[in-house]
Amino acid sequence: MLPAVRLRSAVALVGRYPVLAGADLDLDRGEVVVLRGANGAGKTSLLRVLAGLLPLVAGEASVLGFDPGAEPRRLRPLVGLLGHRNGLYDDLSARENVRFAVRAARLGPGAVDGALDRLGLLGRLSEVPAGRLSAGQRRRVALACLVARAPKLWLLDEPHAGLDAEHRSLLDALLDEVAGAGASIVLASHEELPPELASRRTVHMAGGTVVEGPAAPVAPGTGHPAGVPVVPAGAEAPRVA
Amino acid sequence: MWRDALVVAGKDLRIEARAKVGLNQVVPYSMVVLLLFGFAFDQDRPLLQQAAPGLFWMAVLFAGLLAVQRSFSVEAADGAMDGLRMSGLDPAGVFLGKAVAVAAQLVALEALLTVGVVVLFHTQLAGAGLLAATAVLATACVAGAGTAYGALSMGLRVRETLLPMLLAPVLAPVVLSATEAWRAALGLSTGGGWRWLGLLAAFAAIYLAGGAVGFGALMEET
Repeated sequence: MLPAVRLRSAVALVGRYPVLAGADLDLDRGEVVVLRGANGAGKTSLLRVLAGLLPLVAGEASVLGFDPGAEPRRLRPLVGLLGHRNGLYDDLSARENVRFAVRAARLGPGAVDGALDRLGLLGRLSEVPAGRLSAGQRRRVALACLVARAPKLWLLDEPHAGLDAEHRSLLDALLDEVAGAGASIVLASHEELPPELASRRTVHMAGGTVVEGPAAPVAPGTGHPAGVPVVPAGAEAPRVA
Repeated sequence: MWRDALVVAGKDLRIEARAKVGLNQVVPYSMVVLLLFGFAFDQDRPLLQQAAPGLFWMAVLFAGLLAVQRSFSVEAADGAMDGLRMSGLDPAGVFLGKAVAVAAQLVALEALLTVGVVVLFHTQLAGAGLLAATAVLATACVAGAGTAYGALSMGLRVRETLLPMLLAPVLAPVVLSATEAWRAALGLSTGGGWRWLGLLAAFAAIYLAGGAVGFGALMEET
């Protein structure tokens, strides 16, 4: 079976700045990987590459069997991305936001209530315009949009941001459930994670590259972690069980 | 594509129905523009009546700019454009849906502005068929070109000022053709209005087809 994600020597630019500088990553189907790293390490850029939103200028990428640069429109419906921003329409209610995500994905309306219920948004909250919800509630609406779409690959950028303790636990249980159902998850966070997630495979990023295991310092002037050779295109990236 | 256009148009019109930006801001602004034109030409009533079609279409152009800016500001506000890109919606459907929503708002506005022109400028309406056909085609031009250029300028910090600069020259021939067609319909000129209507139809076909084909690339650049 093809891996969910295979990145080799991935280089991506934002403007003229290399936000990924030879990143390698493998992710199996149903696997959860936690991306760690300082601000600007390249976590968000890596997620955007995997979503087909940021093209590679060098290296190779395969996501769910598709090249995200060449076939983004075939890949994207299979991928759910939760970025720093929630992607909600302030004037639409929580229910209408989820309904739009469901209709856009050509799914039946039955998925809406289930997703709202899973995130604790059924009832009065579902009818409140998203612009009047708290930051945590907005995050939950955005997560409900993903739940309703049931993507095969979840790309989550600081998903716990704004959530209280109760809903952090709810999210952690949801992610366990999603991974148990066979979806793959890449979760970027620099917050302290609960034991269930902290025990998952952790990948550190620094200077736009991926370092498996503990973080390594960036070698001055190279953009790469000190002591970590850049893996040439086509070679196997190191894996940590 | 058509199904996706309906989904997007429904979403945009629902947002507009909730926010009422068009009703509370664009409509009063357009009426004020008409009123100011009326003040400027008040001493010369015949000239005002002669100029009424042009003033009407200038007011529609200004309102169209606001409607297009609003259409894309809701996508930019919370990063919703990434959601549209990830949704699997056909880019041509997204383009047509957003253009239809802008056009629907403009048609409603034009009905109110027509009343304004009659009341403020004492214009006698005639040639209803030509007036209506011109309004439909010119609105399609404004919505089509506006949606394409709205996407083009969306990712830029200077989009509020760049959009009018880009769009006004593109829509200049549309304003000219619509004005001439209306002048003919109202009996203010001797030229054939249907000739201008043909030109408007060509512009509408170009803007809508070009927008539908190119919108995917424009979405990727935002």
